[in-house]
Amino acid sequence: MSRFSKTLIALLVAGATGLAAGTAGASEGYPGIGRAATEAEVKAWDIDVRPDFVGLPKGRGNVDDGMELWETHCASCHGVFGESNEVFTPIVGGTTAQDIETGRVAALVTGDSPQRTTLMKVPTVSTLFDYIQRAMPWTAPKSLTADEVYAILAYLLNLGEIVPADFELSDENIREVQERMPNRNGMTTDHGMWPGAAAAKGGLGNGGKPDVKNAACMKDCKKEVEIVSALPDYAQDAHGNLAEQNRPVGQTRGKPTGAPAEEAAPEAKAGGAAALALANEKGCMACHGVANRIVGPGYNEIAEKYRGQTDAASGLIDKVKTGGQGVWGAVPMPPQGHVTDDEIKQLVQWILEGAQAQ
Amino acid sequence: MAIKNARPGRVRPAPENFLTDEQIAAVKDGRRDFLRKAFLGATAALAAPAVARAASAGDPAILELPPWTTSLGLPVAANPYGMPSKYERGLQRRESPGLTRVGGSSVAFTPLQGLFGIITPSGLHFERHHQGWHDIDPSKHRLMINGMVKTNSVFTMDDIMRLPSVSRIHFIECGANTGMEWGNVAVPTVQYSHGMLSCSEFTGVPLKEILDMCGADYKKGRFVLAEGADGSSMTRTIPMELIESGEVLVAYGMNGEMLRPENGYPLRLVVPGVQGVSWVKWLRRIEVGDKPWGAKDEAVHYIDLMPDGQHRQYTSVQECKSVITTPSGGQLLLDKGFYNVSGMAWSGRGKITRVDVSVDGGINWRQARLETPVLSKAITRFNIDWVWDGKPAILQSRAVDDSGYVQPGYGQLRKARGTKSIYHNNAIQSWKVVESGEVSNVQVL
Repeated sequence: MSRFSKTLIALLVAGATGLAAGTAGASEGYPGIGRAATEAEVKAWDIDVRPDFVGLPKGRGNVDDGMELWETHCASCHGVFGESNEVFTPIVGGTTAQDIETGRVAALVTGDSPQRTTLMKVPTVSTLFDYIQRAMPWTAPKSLTADEVYAILAYLLNLGEIVPADFELSDENIREVQERMPNRNGMTTDHGMWPGAAAAKGGLGNGGKPDVKNAACMKDCKKEVEIVSALPDYAQDAHGNLAEQNRPVGQTRGKPTGAPAEEAAPEAKAGGAAALALANEKGCMACHGVANRIVGPGYNEIAEKYRGQTDAASGLIDKVKTGGQGVWGAVPMPPQGHVTDDEIKQLVQWILEGAQAQ
Repeated sequence: MAIKNARPGRVRPAPENFLTDEQIAAVKDGRRDFLRKAFLGATAALAAPAVARAASAGDPAILELPPWTTSLGLPVAANPYGMPSKYERGLQRRESPGLTRVGGSSVAFTPLQGLFGIITPSGLHFERHHQGWHDIDPSKHRLMINGMVKTNSVFTMDDIMRLPSVSRIHFIECGANTGMEWGNVAVPTVQYSHGMLSCSEFTGVPLKEILDMCGADYKKGRFVLAEGADGSSMTRTIPMELIESGEVLVAYGMNGEMLRPENGYPLRLVVPGVQGVSWVKWLRRIEVGDKPWGAKDEAVHYIDLMPDGQHRQYTSVQECKSVITTPSGGQLLLDKGFYNVSGMAWSGRGKITRVDVSVDGGINWRQARLETPVLSKAITRFNIDWVWDGKPAILQSRAVDDSGYVQPGYGQLRKARGTKSIYHNNAIQSWKVVESGEVSNVQVL
């Protein structure tokens, strides 16, 4: 464990073999551990873009192309105008021309906006480029080219009226766009919750000074107790039966609330319940609702579309197995290799029969 | 004290073995009187035969030998990987309905209401994913170190697991834990109010050792980026000072086995004292740089909205906090008398030095017992005796850490930060107890 023994082992190994560490690079102190990365390897993974645009790839894309890409890859989750609140919180909305001038989103002060959209919050355009490039689209992250990322970002910025409709965004003009970000002056690091050096010493924040100070009073600390909030009646049952979320022995029991959960163990479930459990277990429900569209179509829509088509099952089984695209829009359904043939058959049959839970 | 108060010879089997259907219904209605009435009934020999028998000869759970005492049990390795008793199935990770709409970008909360001690069972460790989770083949996993280092380098899991390892116990808490409660009470139980909290023994290698091997430029490179291998390839900026302290680990072990896939198998960053989002799971890359990165989770999410409309950026430390887990919201006390009030305290700045408990809503406080071990940036278990007189009460706990910081009340916290911050709510939690024995979530300034 000690430094001494590590050094000793290193010396012994070096002495015995007459060799320096076997690989170039990361082996100082621990011979034989790690190797140098190739240039291509670093390029493949080092995709981050910083607020000062270090790491930004060269490229360009315009609002029109972005709109087409948006409708193909993004609109099903985020809405055609980035305004949807169905799957994720809205990206666009709540910013004004005045905000673009000042760099502070006024609605954050007045509380006028029902929700905080991405464009109301994000101070740095680099963040949007970085995130779209690394994590989007939702089901196929890192599949967009740099030019496509520029185009999609140009479309988004246009929706926020940060750039005009005929704009082409590129690595050359992105700095000018940064100067128009509506909340570019809306951030502060003047707080005590950065666990490194203070701003004055090359880090961030005030060096860990808390903003709230309580005292450990022990006796007669106040005259009366005022309860300012309690669980509203409508929320009493929202988390299911609390009696079933507690141990059946001990100091306390859970309070019976809501509808009792199903007693049957999963293996005892039959028919629809079993299929629904399987759909949950295999992650199908992440993209498909029983009666609602998420990323892909709802099961009700699928049943409706194929009603009366006797050969629908085999086609759908193939689609689940190998993936598909185009029937319900351009967001691809990835191949579901983790679901067995029998399970796929069971799921497809259940969906075509109307995806009943019982 | 407990002995003194106990009534000699009083038989108190579990209610479900003791009560009639009608009386069980009364329990479910939350009426606490049931036990007292049951005993009165037993004395008057008016209750069910079982009750009468219990009162006369003794407890049927003793008198009638159960099957597990009178038959052969299961062989070894019947469960090659052991699971909790079927009677414990109520204690599971759960989502909070309505909190998120997509399971791949959601939270499953740890059932703190049922946990003991300081270690979270690995299967109950809370989950937070940003783009779903994967079970990664460890032989294909790589860790790359690049940026302001002498040699950009690659490590396999074999490499990392050959290095000298350390094992340390630390808590991990999501920055948004208790976030739903900033403005008002929103959830019924401690699972949903505080369950984005877990504590485990992590095994791995100090990141400092690996950065040393790569020749990190500690003079210019004062920031580090950590990046995951999942679809979101989530990134967070971490100060080099924390890494130089030796506390930040590249970890593969959790509670004696490998990390669970939901918790980052085969490799995650452990950043003690810092919010969970920085403990990057499925860790694939560390970059050394001279400026923070302004990543999505540093510029769109995990930013704290202040009353002046500004957002605090790069808030990372989880300040001192505590919560009583037994009794807690959504539970019922079965009778008056003695209780062991128990809870958890933790601080991202160091060790817990004391926890005070109030049963009158914060007018008077008593010092709780801290159970060992008391470790830096780990959960500390506290306990305190309480004899419930059957009258209304409001239970609170207030923790103090070794920096001298005292956990604040809601009034103090809101005065400084308003009600819309979402993140870093470490206010004193209040649980109201009413005469029926029902415990519920309330807020007291």
